[in-house]
Amino acid sequence: MESFLNRYRNITVLLLVIFAQLILLAVQVKNDQHVRFIRVWSVTAVSPLARLVEGMRGSSLSFVHNYIALHDADAQNRRLQAEVDRLKLELIFANNELNTADRAKALQLFQQRGPSKTLAATVFSTGIGPGKVVYVDRGSASGVMREMAVITPDGIVGKVSEVYPTASQVLLITDSDFAAGVVSAKTHVHGTLKGGTPLCKVDFVAFEDKVEPGDWFYTSGDDRIFPRGMPVGVVKSVRPGQPYKEITLDPSGMARGSPDDVLIVLEGVHQEIPDTPPANQQVYMAPLPPPLTPPAGTADTAATAAADGSTSPVAARPPLGTEADKERALYQKAADGSGIVLGGGTTGEEGSGRPPDFTKLPVDPRSALQGRGAAPPLAAPMPKKGTGSPTPAKGTGPADLKTTPDAVRRANQAAGGPGGMPQP
Amino acid sequence: MTYSGSRMLLSSEREGQVSRFNVWVTILVPLLALLFQIYVPLFFRFLNFLEMPLLVVVYLALMRRNPVSGLLIGAAVGLAQDCWSKNPLGMFGITKTLVGYFAASIGMKLDVDNVLIRFLLAFFFYVFHQSFYWVLEHALLSQQSPFDVTGWLGLGVLNALVGAALFHFLDKLRITA
Repeated sequence: MESFLNRYRNITVLLLVIFAQLILLAVQVKNDQHVRFIRVWSVTAVSPLARLVEGMRGSSLSFVHNYIALHDADAQNRRLQAEVDRLKLELIFANNELNTADRAKALQLFQQRGPSKTLAATVFSTGIGPGKVVYVDRGSASGVMREMAVITPDGIVGKVSEVYPTASQVLLITDSDFAAGVVSAKTHVHGTLKGGTPLCKVDFVAFEDKVEPGDWFYTSGDDRIFPRGMPVGVVKSVRPGQPYKEITLDPSGMARGSPDDVLIVLEGVHQEIPDTPPANQQVYMAPLPPPLTPPAGTADTAATAAADGSTSPVAARPPLGTEADKERALYQKAADGSGIVLGGGTTGEEGSGRPPDFTKLPVDPRSALQGRGAAPPLAAPMPKKGTGSPTPAKGTGPADLKTTPDAVRRANQAAGGPGGMPQP
Repeated sequence: MTYSGSRMLLSSEREGQVSRFNVWVTILVPLLALLFQIYVPLFFRFLNFLEMPLLVVVYLALMRRNPVSGLLIGAAVGLAQDCWSKNPLGMFGITKTLVGYFAASIGMKLDVDNVLIRFLLAFFFYVFHQSFYWVLEHALLSQQSPFDVTGWLGLGVLNALVGAALFHFLDKLRITA
């Protein structure tokens, strides 16, 4: 016997090892549960290494970006300074977009606004083999349990399929074993989401139920994993079938590929199914600007002018808005002085009163608005015929004009224009 | 012409030189291969086709020329790989156990320092690994994954190319007599 074993030692060991693994496999398949301790050892042994490598990668990238890439910062700075005027607006927009698109902030916002209690986690490795699984850096030590929902602000991503002390395995929505209860937003048709790559399927929707491409599906909460009201995806195609329709669905949570940061739902809270599709991005709204305070000198001048009655402080300070707004404010002021409500009735209509006296407008509306001193007259004088010279006729120059509308009209008539309008 | 380049078959098992490795190499290299397999495709999805643990098992088994040692290395790496898979433990384990055993057995007959031999063996074992895994999936787990022979052959060539380069690098870690 001993000589037999010695002679066939290699094949005997092979058969023993294969047999042992077959037994292991059979036990798992029969009990429908994995041998946990071996996985715990392996994942616990490798996950710190993977996290270390991930940390080193992040630090290296940061180092390369912050130090090594600085050699061309000078040239880049010169180039940027040459374009700074043009880029200023773009930078403001880009900063706003970055602020809102920043993953961590988006997650944090979502975490704060969502009613469910969630835990942020980072994907640090992918699974091996045919299944679509990833590993996140939160485990049972952080309160994660099996079958917990994994989501992003865009939609559901998967569910926790295995939990280890420092990591968890997440079965992605694109895996063929994934399933979840879903309901359509428009017609509230219930179905079962089945995972798939790149599109998922919605099963068990009867052929008479109305579902159209473009409809949104949300979690129904029936599966006791995902709280009701989480976005799942949008219907891509619907084909009639017996007894159930064949519906493909584009999962919104995976629209940007496999996510890097996710939220694990620790305590889910059911929500209503929204009627409208979920907004794609949060919109940042800046706080209101503080009220304008004029410089010290300007305030004194404005106060003095107000006391003299020449120009009001409001007129001395340039109002905000478009040119039309400024003009409107100007005419409104003239109307207010006459006790007339602009737009209060048709001119000449009985009871509407007389029109405002716009000859009482400030001498130079632009200078009154902007405080820049004298401005050109309202209508420029015509050059003399035949000469083409822009020199104004005597008595019609800016210095000679009494800059009221009547004076301007008279000056234009003297230059040959009827009705005060310059003649071509 | 060198010895490696002139002959591919060894006249006797004694003619092949058994390579020795430090213990840390035997542990660290498979661990790094596993780390590569779970980590790198996260950022470079196209590298998903690489089966680094398999290549490492093939290399260690070929160079050690000991079937028992080869099958044990294969079983250990395969089981570790199974831990990161959604399938039950033992699928990769059984497959890689066989790969390790056969690689070590073939390594006794062939000149495994020859680049062409290494390329062919890496290609062969990749296709064997994929097809045997497919058989196990169907037979033991009743899973309906596609039988993609063309894909396996193409990826086998790519893995063999990477394997030949990797084996050359791993040669530096051998303990020379």
